[in-house]
Amino acid sequence: MSDTIRVEVVSATGIAWEGEALSVIARTTEGDIGILPNHEPFLAGLVPCAAEVLTVDGRREIVALDTGLISVADNRVALLSQFARVAAEIDLNAAEHELAAAEKRLNAGETDEETMQHFRRAQAQVKAARLAGEKA
Amino acid sequence: MGASLRELRQRRQSVMATKKITRAMELIASSRIVKAQQAAARALPFTRELNRAVSAVAEYSRLDHPLTNHHENPKRVAIFFITSDRGMNGAYSSNVIKAVSRFVQRLREEGKEPVRYVVGRKGIGYTQFRGLPVEASWEGFSDSPTYDDAIEIGDRLVADFLRPTEEGGVDEIWAVYTRMESMISQTARVRRVLPLEVVEGVKDIGDHDLVPEYWFEPDPETVLDRLLPVYVRSRIWFYLLQSAASQLASQQRAMKSATDNAQQLIERLTREANQARQAEITQEISEIVGGASALAEQE
Repeated sequence: MSDTIRVEVVSATGIAWEGEALSVIARTTEGDIGILPNHEPFLAGLVPCAAEVLTVDGRREIVALDTGLISVADNRVALLSQFARVAAEIDLNAAEHELAAAEKRLNAGETDEETMQHFRRAQAQVKAARLAGEKA
Repeated sequence: MGASLRELRQRRQSVMATKKITRAMELIASSRIVKAQQAAARALPFTRELNRAVSAVAEYSRLDHPLTNHHENPKRVAIFFITSDRGMNGAYSSNVIKAVSRFVQRLREEGKEPVRYVVGRKGIGYTQFRGLPVEASWEGFSDSPTYDDAIEIGDRLVADFLRPTEEGGVDEIWAVYTRMESMISQTARVRRVLPLEVVEGVKDIGDHDLVPEYWFEPDPETVLDRLLPVYVRSRIWFYLLQSAASQLASQQRAMKSATDNAQQLIERLTREANQARQAEITQEISEIVGGASALAEQE
């Protein structure tokens, strides 16, 4: 039995973050879920959120996730999301700007799937960047 | 004689200019290929994780999902193929097109109707010239695709796949892309994207013989629903990146041999020009000598 769990945050363009962690909190379609070491194999869909990874050295790593997938197996968590970004790399101003733009489009009546998706993604990024800012 | 000397020199100049261009293109391709290969390598973890997840769901749920269901009698088959936007790539695009034609031939023999989806101006030009129907085409990103391109293509393919055949949908989706085996070898490949080849995914897991029993939340169907469109996008993304790297490798090789050929041509033309110059001088001398001796005889 291991007391840490391997975490990989994978986006379509590369691995956004990887390392050993004590716990992972992410939001699935059913609600928030916390994963501790030696969790049973698990698969669920993710909704856009700011996921938290508690690293072995006690830091809280915030990752902004888009819709995707969480898969747990062999004491390994894979957070798969087409657009995953570590909060520290997100520029809060740019993210807020993007959110405002998405919001404006929503208010203008563009309620198609793509705009909604964009809005939620921007929301997750802003949230992640704010959380990371508070921590620092 | 003077005219031929000038002509030879002019030709040599022109070949030298061409050589400069092909040499520059070779260098550009070889610098970009590194980037393309890195991009392809970065996309691998995502593809690998998705394969693992898809095979886990498929293995343990035994579902009837529209994306995994085999049509008993496929009528319309989508062929998605990736060519380049520009020439100067050696046989890159024509290899893909040849593979597509062979595949179309096979489909017709089986009584299926091919539906073409094209990426790249070369492929679009080919189909237009022959008046072949094209369902959808994309261009402008063949050597540096972005994930957004993959999303657009993937979503279009999935949408057509889910539509009933009678309303213009397709029953199967095949992709023809160029796999980057190495810098010197790239081969056109035909692969089925949908319905899923689930068995293939299980083998990909490799280091584990058994896929562990998974807990699905809320249930396997919902997870698979969310998973499969992403999976198709990631396949397309993988094919686009592989093709982009292959295209650049092919371009680099083509431009290298063009440069070498130009160099040979320059050497040959230089020799011919020198010979012509020598011949001209010899002739002038013999004319002078001949003239002088004629004068001497008169005296």
